[in-house]
Amino acid sequence: MTTLTLNSLQKTYANGTHAVRGIDLEIFDGELTVFVGPSGCGKSTLLRMIAGLEEITSGDLMLDGSRINDVEPAHRDVAMVFQNYALYPHMTVRRNMSYALQNRKVPKAEIDRRVVEAARILQLDELLERKPAQLSGGQRQRVAMGRAIVREPKLFLFDEPLSNLDAQLRAQMRVDIRKLQRQLRVTSIFVTHDQIEAMTVGDRLAVLNNGELEQIGTPMEVYSKPASEFVASFIGSPRINIVSGEVKAGTLHVDGFELPGFSQISDQPVKVGIRPEDFVLESTAKMSLQIDLVEELGSDELLYCVSPTGLDYRIRRPGGSGHKVGENITVSVISEKLHLFSSQSGKRLN
Amino acid sequence: MPQIAIIAVFFLWPSFEAIQLSFYLEDPWGLSNEFVWFENYQTIFEDPEYVGTLIATLIFSLSVTFLSLGLAMLLAVQVDGLLRGGGTYRPLITWAYAIAPAVAGLVARFLFSPQIGPIYDLLNPDGEPPWFEPALDSIDAWVVITSGAVWRQVSVNFIFLLAGLQSIPRSVLEASRIDNPSGFSRFWSVTFPLLAPTLFFLMVINFSYAFFETFAIIDTVFPFGPPAGAASLVYKVYVDGFKGADLGGSSAQSVVLMLFVLALTVVQFRYLEKKIHY
Ligand SMILES: Nc1ncnc2c1ncn2[C@@H]1O[C@H](COP(=O)(O)OP(=O)(O)O)[C@@H](O)[C@H]1O
Ligand SMILES: [Mg+2]
Repeated sequence: MTTLTLNSLQKTYANGTHAVRGIDLEIFDGELTVFVGPSGCGKSTLLRMIAGLEEITSGDLMLDGSRINDVEPAHRDVAMVFQNYALYPHMTVRRNMSYALQNRKVPKAEIDRRVVEAARILQLDELLERKPAQLSGGQRQRVAMGRAIVREPKLFLFDEPLSNLDAQLRAQMRVDIRKLQRQLRVTSIFVTHDQIEAMTVGDRLAVLNNGELEQIGTPMEVYSKPASEFVASFIGSPRINIVSGEVKAGTLHVDGFELPGFSQISDQPVKVGIRPEDFVLESTAKMSLQIDLVEELGSDELLYCVSPTGLDYRIRRPGGSGHKVGENITVSVISEKLHLFSSQSGKRLN
Repeated sequence: MPQIAIIAVFFLWPSFEAIQLSFYLEDPWGLSNEFVWFENYQTIFEDPEYVGTLIATLIFSLSVTFLSLGLAMLLAVQVDGLLRGGGTYRPLITWAYAIAPAVAGLVARFLFSPQIGPIYDLLNPDGEPPWFEPALDSIDAWVVITSGAVWRQVSVNFIFLLAGLQSIPRSVLEASRIDNPSGFSRFWSVTFPLLAPTLFFLMVINFSYAFFETFAIIDTVFPFGPPAGAASLVYKVYVDGFKGADLGGSSAQSVVLMLFVLALTVVQFRYLEKKIHY
C-alpha cells in the first residue's frame, strides 16, 4: 500500500519564481495520476519536490503517513524516469539498471533476477551489454523504464518521458506504459503537457495552471464536467468553443439566442463552453451559421463556422458528410451539454 | 605551404642539427670536431648529475601534474556546485583564469622570498640557521618551483575541469541522487568516470608543461640560477649548452628531450584516436 498526500505544498525558487502555489492532493495506491498543464505551470517542479530533487518551501509531503519533506531522494523509495532519460553514459544497460540496487546492498543473485526480468518485459535482453550511446531513442526510453522497474519502488515518477520520441513511437509507448503500470500496480505520477497523452494514460488527471490545482478527476470527469474555463479550454481536442453570454432571470442570453433553464444561476455575465461535438444539426433549429472552412480528418470532419454576429464556432461531424464551404447550416445545442463559467473567476457555475 | 616551411626552419632543421651535433665532440673554441658515436650519450647517462636531474624532473613533473589536478578538481567541484545552484560567478572565474598563470613565477618568488616572503617566515620561525632555504638547498628549491608550477597549472586545469563538470547533464546527476545515497560514492561512480577523458587529456598537458616549460618559472624565482640539483632537464640543456659551451653533451640532452616529446605525442594521439568510449 502506498499513499502519497500533498498538503498545501508551495515552492518559491531562489530567484523569486512562485512555481507551486499551495497544492492539496492525494495520490491513491496503485493508481496512475497525471499532472497535466501548459508548459511552465509547475508540473516538473511539483514532481521534483516529490522526488526530493527540489526543496519544499512550505507544506507537508506525506508518504504512507510519515512526513518526508527532508528525506534524501535515495531514501524516499521512489524511481524516476527523466525526459531525456538521464542514463549513465559510461555504464552498460545492465549496469545502468543494477546501479541503484548495488548501492542499496541488494544481494547479487536478486539483482540479476530483477534485471533479467525487467529486460524480458521491456525486450532489452539483447541490449544488456551496450552503452546508451549505442541505443536508439526508443531503446533508451525502455532502459530508463527498466532502471525504474528494477527498483520495485513505492512510487514511479515520470517527467514527460515520451516527449523526445517521434509521434508513432510515442503512441506505442503510451500504451505500453499504461499496460505495464496496470500489470505492476505501482503507484505512479506521470507529468505531461499533452492533454491527449494525459487522457489516455491516466486513471486520474490533476490539471495544473500557474502553480495551482484547477481540477482533479478521472479523464471523463474532467472532460465532461470541467471545473473551470481553463480546464475546459485545455482538455479536449479540437478545442471547446467559448463565447460570452449573460444569465438573466434564469435565462441564458448568448450570441442572440435565449435558452431557458438556468434558474439556479444568479444574474451575471458568463462564459459559455460548447464542445464541438455537442452541436446538433437540425433543419428546424434557430441558430444559423455559415461554413468558412472544412477540415477533413478521415473519420471526423471539423467545420469552422461563423455566426451572423461574426463569432467563430468549431463543429465536429462524422466524416464524409459532404459539407461545402459557404454553405449555411442550422444548429442547436442541448442546454445540459453547455458549460457555464463565471466571467470573473472562470469557475464552473452549472 | 608556409606552415611546412616554418616547421622545417624552426623545428626540423634545428632537430637535425642537434642530432648531428650529439654525435660529435667539439672543443669549446670550435677548432676541432671529432665524430664520437654515442660517447656523448654515454657521458650524460654516466653523469650522476644528469641522471639526478632526470629523476628529479620526472618526480617534479608527476608532483605538479597530480597536485595541480587534485587542487583544481577540489576547486572545480565546489564552483560547479555554486554554478548549478544558479549563482552568477562567471566573471570572477574568468579573472582567476586570466591572472593566475601570468603571475605564477612572481607569486612563488614573493611568497618564498627570504626578505618579505610570508611562507619563508612561516617555515623559518626560529631565524638562524634557516630550516628552509631554497636559495641554497635543492629540495627546498624544488618545493618553491613546484609551488609556482602548480599555481600556474591549477587555473588552467580548473577551467577545463569546470567545463567538464558543467557538461555533465543535470538530470544524470539527479538520477544518481535518487539511485545512490552517498555523495562520495556518487562522485567516484558517476562524476569521475564522466570526467575521465578530460582528466587524461589534462594529465598529458600538465606533464608536458612541467617537464618542458618550467624554464620560465625557474628563471623568475632564481634570477641568479637555482642551487645545484634544482634544475630541470630543459634548464640544464640551456646551462650546459650556452653557459658551459658543451655543445655535444647539450645536443645529446636535447635529443633525449625530443624523445620525451615524441613519446608524449604518441600517447596523446593514441588517446585521441580512441577518445571517448561511451
Ligand atoms: N531552477 C529554477 N529556478 C528558477 N525558476 C525555475 C526553476 N525551474 C523552474 N523554474 C520556473 O518555475 C516555473 C515552473 O517550471 P516547471 O515546473 O519546470 O514547469 P513545467 O514542468 O510545468 O513546464 C516556470 O516559470 C519556470 O521558469
Ligand atoms: Mg517540465
